[in-house]
Amino acid sequence: MKSGSHLSIWFFTGLCLGVNGALIFATGIYETLYPPVEKVVRYDLHANVWWGGILLIVGVFFSLRFSPARERARMAGNS
Amino acid sequence: MNPALLLLSSNTLVHLSGVDIAIIIFYFALVLGIGLYLKEQANTGEDFFMAGREMTAWVAGLAFLSANLGSLELMGWAGNSYKYGILAAHWYWIGAIPSMLFLALVMMPFYYVCKTHSVPGYLKLRYGQGAQAISSISFAFMTVLMSGINMYAMAVVMKVVLGWNMHFSIWVSAITVAAYVALGGLRSAIFNEVLQFFLIWAGALLIPILGLIEAGGWSGLQAKILHNLTELNVPNPGSYTHLWSTLGNFNNNPMGINWAGIVFGLGAVIAMGYWTTDFLVVQRVLSAKDLRSAELAPIIGAAFKMMVPLIVILPGLLGLALLRDPHTGGLIRLVPANIAWSDAGQAQGLHGYDEVLPLMLARYCGPGLLGLGITALIAGFMSGMAGNVSAFTTVLIYDIYGVFINKNATDEKKVKLGRHWTFWGVVISIGAAYIAAGKPSIMDYVQSLFSFFIAPLFGTVLLGMLWKRATPAGGWTGLLAGTLSSIGMYTWVKLDPNAVRYVALSMDAQDQAQNMFRALWCFLVCVIVTVVVSYLTTPKPDSELKDVVYGLTPIPKVQHVSIFHNPLFWGAVVAIVFVILQIIFW
Repeated sequence: MKSGSHLSIWFFTGLCLGVNGALIFATGIYETLYPPVEKVVRYDLHANVWWGGILLIVGVFFSLRFSPARERARMAGNS
Repeated sequence: MNPALLLLSSNTLVHLSGVDIAIIIFYFALVLGIGLYLKEQANTGEDFFMAGREMTAWVAGLAFLSANLGSLELMGWAGNSYKYGILAAHWYWIGAIPSMLFLALVMMPFYYVCKTHSVPGYLKLRYGQGAQAISSISFAFMTVLMSGINMYAMAVVMKVVLGWNMHFSIWVSAITVAAYVALGGLRSAIFNEVLQFFLIWAGALLIPILGLIEAGGWSGLQAKILHNLTELNVPNPGSYTHLWSTLGNFNNNPMGINWAGIVFGLGAVIAMGYWTTDFLVVQRVLSAKDLRSAELAPIIGAAFKMMVPLIVILPGLLGLALLRDPHTGGLIRLVPANIAWSDAGQAQGLHGYDEVLPLMLARYCGPGLLGLGITALIAGFMSGMAGNVSAFTTVLIYDIYGVFINKNATDEKKVKLGRHWTFWGVVISIGAAYIAAGKPSIMDYVQSLFSFFIAPLFGTVLLGMLWKRATPAGGWTGLLAGTLSSIGMYTWVKLDPNAVRYVALSMDAQDQAQNMFRALWCFLVCVIVTVVVSYLTTPKPDSELKDVVYGLTPIPKVQHVSIFHNPLFWGAVVAIVFVILQIIFW
């Protein structure tokens, strides 16, 4: 995103979404195996499993696509 | 116990689990880490105050939008959609899209070509120090107060939603914001705004998805709202799901406004003023790396802005359709915040309009998802504070210190002072937060005050850019007259509520309708006074207006690019989608 920097905002975004997605996905799997007593409305749709999974995939994609190693390689190519 | 029962039987809306707390802590660690990382890249004035002017169109565009997408905005407009129905979507569509496109395609070339650091800086180039002084002092004063109000609002929300201690919320958020803005300057604020943009969508998008499934789609939602409001004997229940068809008369809709107030007051004055002259948002676009990026940034922002009603307006409408008392099955009717958050209101378990978003969040989001939603709200509040503080320091250093106190300050000195005043800006904000805590009604006054300056400022900047005959005396007297007339109308209605019939043309006008008409009148006062005084005084010679006035400024041609990289093409696409949305929800 910017010259002179090895870490892009998109890398931080990917890291944020990836870590949150992993935590939510893992919680969703646990809740599926051990259903809670207090359930949210439309618990049957298991939103935390698929939404956490989507965030995890998007996060991993951004983190890898804009990883520090790739950014360094890209800037070396530009200079 | 059913969580809906728990909601109504407890003093706090939601209860966080371990994984929710982990998500919140991770967010705080990440933003502080980003601030530390960016410190090395904020060494010059351009770096610290303008993020090096090297942001891509996407980063500048998302930051431009996020600077306006704070949690006060999200919760407030979700509450307004519960109160006024889909009419609240006007603030996201006609109240944003045309003005964002106008900024991109008409005004941005002037801001960018004259290389100003701020909107008051443009006023200095165009009109001289009089208009700049009025604009910069009022802006600096208001931004730091707004930052404090964000801080206080966050503390109140965290207390109501999570039961957190208010001092804890104020100090933790203040220290975090001071740290990451003082370290990385505007670049740090922009990084966190982009992060906040993704967090808000990740945290809030599930509400409309699951809500529409529960309601049976859009038609099911409309039917449920009609049924519920009819049951409550609310007048014009059908008007809550129509955008334009009820605006023929003041008394046919829940806002008490007509189409003229929406089109001229909101679309042509308030929105134009906010999106084109409020330095808080314009500063993000000025950080773009070139003119094409600066033109594309507001268009990218506009494209996403059109989708925001999905996560703000729809949850409010879903609240109208779906919130029922799990004990009795009766409808839950949300009430104004001052009633809900009073001791009596809390004792009765009442909820304010602005709580509709957290209520819907708690309805659908279990552990993990709830933490993400709460983190999105915290990020929105902190981003609002950081945006205000970074804009405050830029205007303070460049337009007040650099003009009136020390014209020869070195770049190094400005950066040093910028870091110091980031800290002091946060300290003043904390003071403002505690003042607001002692007198909550001050929040309404300050937010109204902010709007006092925006509409006349738009008149001053617009005439300055498009009319070379406007003179320095015309500029500052018009700005002052417009601002004073707005304050005068506001005070008149406060002292004599019957004055609403003159200011807003109808006794049915609610607060938002009054704001629209007041803005329209004060804009007209500003324009008329500027024109009259300009004709009575001597204009600047053309040679002094180069690069600041239309017709005297050579606008650089955007280099030959494919149609998919052309701002005009994407501006047209956004405009067409905007029109289609108006027709769909007519």
